[in-house]
Amino acid sequence: MQIHKYDTVIVGAGGAGMRAAIESTKRSRTAVLTKLYPTRSHTGAAQGGMAAALANVEEDNWEWHTFDTIKGGDYLVDQDAAEILAKEAIDSVLDLEKMGLPFNRTPEGRIDQRRFGGHSRNHGEAPVRRSCYAADRTGHMILQTLYQNCVKEGVEFFNEFYVLDQLITEVDGVKRSAGVVAYELATGEIHVFQAKAVVYASGGTGKFFKVTSNAHTLTGDGQASCFRRGIPLEDMEFFQFHPTGIWRMGILLTEGARGEGGILRNKDGERFMEKYAPVMKDLASRDVVSRSIYTEIREGRGCGPEGDHVYLDLTHLPPEQLDAKLPDITEFARTYLGIEPYTDPIPIQPTAHYAMGGIPTNVEGEVLADNTTVVPGLYAAGEVACVSVHGANRLGTNSLLDINVFGRRAGIAAADYASKADFVELPENPAEFVATEVERLRDATGDERVSDIRRELQECMDANVMVFRTEQTIKTAVEKIGELRARYKNVSVQDKGKRFNTDLLEAIELGNLLDLAEVMAVSALARKESRGGHYREDYPNRDDVNFMRHTMAYRETESDGSESIRLDYKPVVTTRYQPMERKY
Amino acid sequence: MDKVEAESAASPYITATFRIRRFNPEIAAEAVWEDFTIEIDPKERVLDALHKIKWDVDGTLTFRRSCAHGICGSDAMRINGRNRLACKTLIKDLSPEKPISVEPIKGLTVLKDLVVDMDPFFQAYRDVMPFLITSGNEPTRERLQSAADRERFDDTTKCILCAACTSSCPVFWNDGQYFGPAAIVNAHRFIFDSRDEAGEQRLEILNDRDGVWRCRTTFNCTDACPRGIEVTKAIQEVKRALITRRF
Repeated sequence: MQIHKYDTVIVGAGGAGMRAAIESTKRSRTAVLTKLYPTRSHTGAAQGGMAAALANVEEDNWEWHTFDTIKGGDYLVDQDAAEILAKEAIDSVLDLEKMGLPFNRTPEGRIDQRRFGGHSRNHGEAPVRRSCYAADRTGHMILQTLYQNCVKEGVEFFNEFYVLDQLITEVDGVKRSAGVVAYELATGEIHVFQAKAVVYASGGTGKFFKVTSNAHTLTGDGQASCFRRGIPLEDMEFFQFHPTGIWRMGILLTEGARGEGGILRNKDGERFMEKYAPVMKDLASRDVVSRSIYTEIREGRGCGPEGDHVYLDLTHLPPEQLDAKLPDITEFARTYLGIEPYTDPIPIQPTAHYAMGGIPTNVEGEVLADNTTVVPGLYAAGEVACVSVHGANRLGTNSLLDINVFGRRAGIAAADYASKADFVELPENPAEFVATEVERLRDATGDERVSDIRRELQECMDANVMVFRTEQTIKTAVEKIGELRARYKNVSVQDKGKRFNTDLLEAIELGNLLDLAEVMAVSALARKESRGGHYREDYPNRDDVNFMRHTMAYRETESDGSESIRLDYKPVVTTRYQPMERKY
Repeated sequence: MDKVEAESAASPYITATFRIRRFNPEIAAEAVWEDFTIEIDPKERVLDALHKIKWDVDGTLTFRRSCAHGICGSDAMRINGRNRLACKTLIKDLSPEKPISVEPIKGLTVLKDLVVDMDPFFQAYRDVMPFLITSGNEPTRERLQSAADRERFDDTTKCILCAACTSSCPVFWNDGQYFGPAAIVNAHRFIFDSRDEAGEQRLEILNDRDGVWRCRTTFNCTDACPRGIEVTKAIQEVKRALITRRF
C-alpha cells in the first residue's frame, strides 16, 4: 500500500473532472484519479451541443433558459441553481471557445447555435436556437479541449486508478472527508490518497440498464462509494430515457437530428409527436417524447415485425446538411445498421441515458450529509452529483453545460478550501475496506458469475423501471435486486492475478450497480406520482402537494450487518416560478 | 419490412473462431495464440465477441473498452492484420468462416493480452503542444473565425487518440522516437487553426530528426483511422508548411 498526500484530489477525468482540475491545479496541489485515460471518458459521446443564451442568431436571454430548465425538470429543479446554470452558461461557452474549442460558426464568424428539445423563446412560445455546437461532436470537442488545457496547465493524472472508497473521519461529531482509496489497474496495488479536498466527478450509472447510451464503464462508482459511507443520494428515481437510441443497441442519435429538422414517424408514416406536443412537436422534452414513442408502440403503431421501434426520418433533409451537421450519427446508422440515412429512416427506441439524481450538493459543489449540513472537504460535480439543476428531467444540452459550470465551481471551491484547511487524520487502517473486498473477490470460490447477475439486473431494470412504471413492476424490481444482491455475495472471478485484472474490477463495478439499482427502485416505489422521467401508470398525475420535494436516500446498517434504505425528503428551492401544468 | 428488419428475421447466429494473441507475464514470458470458438450474430461487433468470451468463457481475457461505438478510442487492436476499433468492426465484414485474428496494436509495449502501454503515445502528443496558444488580451466575447477558416482544420479535430494510425506506421514500429501520425495530426489541428499563434513553434518541433520527415507516405495511417481522417494528407500539409512557412 502506498500513501500519497495532495491538497485536492479529483475523482474522474471527464468534462466535470477536467474542468475542475484546470481551476484547482492553478490554486492547489492537485491529483486527478481516473479509471480511464482522460480522453476515454463518456463526455466524448455527447453530441448535440451546450446550451447558452448567447443570442448569436436570434433573440434569447438567460432568464428564458432558466425557465425552460425549470419547466423541463417538471418543477423539481432548485431554482437558485438553475438561475446560476443559465447565467454562467454564457461565460462557460465563451471560456471554452477561448480554450480553443472549434465551434461551428455563423456567416459572421460567431459561435453558431441550433434548436434543441425544450429550449424555447419567451417561456414556451416556439423553439429557440440556443445550443452551441460543433457538428454532432460537441462532447468530443469539449473533452479534447479540456484535456488539451489540462496538458497546458500541467495537471497531474493518475490514469487507470479506480477509486473504490471514500474516507470519512468524524471530528467533534462532524463528518469530514479525509481522502480516498484507489486501486491501480496496472499493478493491483492499493493507494491511499490523503487530501484536504476531494471532488467527485466520476459520471453516471446507466449500465444497470440493458438498452443504454452509456459506456460499459459507467457503473456509478462515485455514488456507491459515498453512499456506503453514509452520504445520501438524492432523486435517484429520476433517470432520463433519451428518445432516439439505435434500435436494440441503445447508441445515442442526437436530439440535434430533430433540431436540424428530423421527424419521428410510426409505422403509418405519421408524424405522431404533433398529437402529443402541438407546439414543440419533435422537440418536446425528452421524457415527453420517450413516453410518446412507447405509447405508439404499445398501441400497435410501432415499426418492424415485432412493432418494437419507431423511425427517425432524416430523408427530407439535404445530404449536404446531414454531412455538415450530423456526420457522426449518420455514420453510426451506416456502420451498425447498414442503413443509408439519406434515403432510409433509422429505426430507434428510447435508451437509458442520464441520471438526474446523485450525490447531493449545494451550488458551490459542496456535498451534503443531510438536507442542510455540508461535509467539509467533499465536493461533487457533473452527472455523479445532484445540485439539482435537472430536477425530474434534464433538458438536452444542459449536461455539457452542467459539467462546465459546476465542474468549474467545484474546482475553485475545493482548491480554496484546501488552501485554508488542514489535513484530516486518516481513519485507522484506511485501506482496510478496499483490501478486504479485493481479497475476498479474488479468492472467492462461489459459483455465481458476474456476467449472469449483471445480465439479469439489466433485464430486470429494462422490464420494470424504465419509461413506464407501476407499483407492481417496481416491487418486482426491488425483490429481484434483493435476490441478486444476495447472490452477488457468492460471485467469484476467474482472473486471480494482480496485473490489469479487469475481471475483478467488473465484479466490483457490479456491486456498485446493484447498490444503486436498489436505491433507484426503492426511491421510485415511494414516489406515488408522475413527474418528468418518473412515470407511474398507477399515479399518472403530478402531485405537488405531497411530492414537490427531493428524495433523500440513506444507507442504514444494523448492528447485525443487515442493510436497508431509509428515505427522507428535502424541499425544492423555488424562487420566481410557481409550478404550472407542463405542456409542449 | 426494411432492410434491417428483414435481416433480423432469419436465425442470426453463426459459429466463429477468434484467434487471440494472449500474454500475461504473471504466467508466462512468451505470448501465445489461443482459439475461442463461439456462437455469435455476425452483425455484432468484434467487441461483443470479446465480451462474450470474457464473460462466458475466460474471464482472464483482458482488453480496454468503454463507449463501444467508436468515440472513446479505447479498443484499437489489430484485427485480421489491420488496425481497427473492435467496437466499430462488425464480424460479418471479416470473413468469419475463417478464424479471425485479434492481437494488440504494434510498436507499443504489450502489458497483458490486448492491453499496451499508451504512455509513449500520449507523451508524443504532449510534445507537440496540443493546445491553443494566443497572445495579447483576450476578447470579451468569442474570437471570430470564418466558417471557411473553421473548415480548414476540421478533419484533424476528429482525432480520438486511439493510436490506430501511429501503431500502423512501419516507421514507428522501427523507431520508437518518431512522433508518429497521431501527434502530427494534433499539431496540424492547431497549426491550421486561424486563432492559434504558435504554428512556427510547432513546426520547429516537427522539423526535428524524429519529426514529419520520417514519414514515408505509406498511407497505413489513413487506412487505419477509424474516424476517416486523411492522416497522410495532414502530414503532407505540415511538410509543405515547413517548406513554405505558410499555413
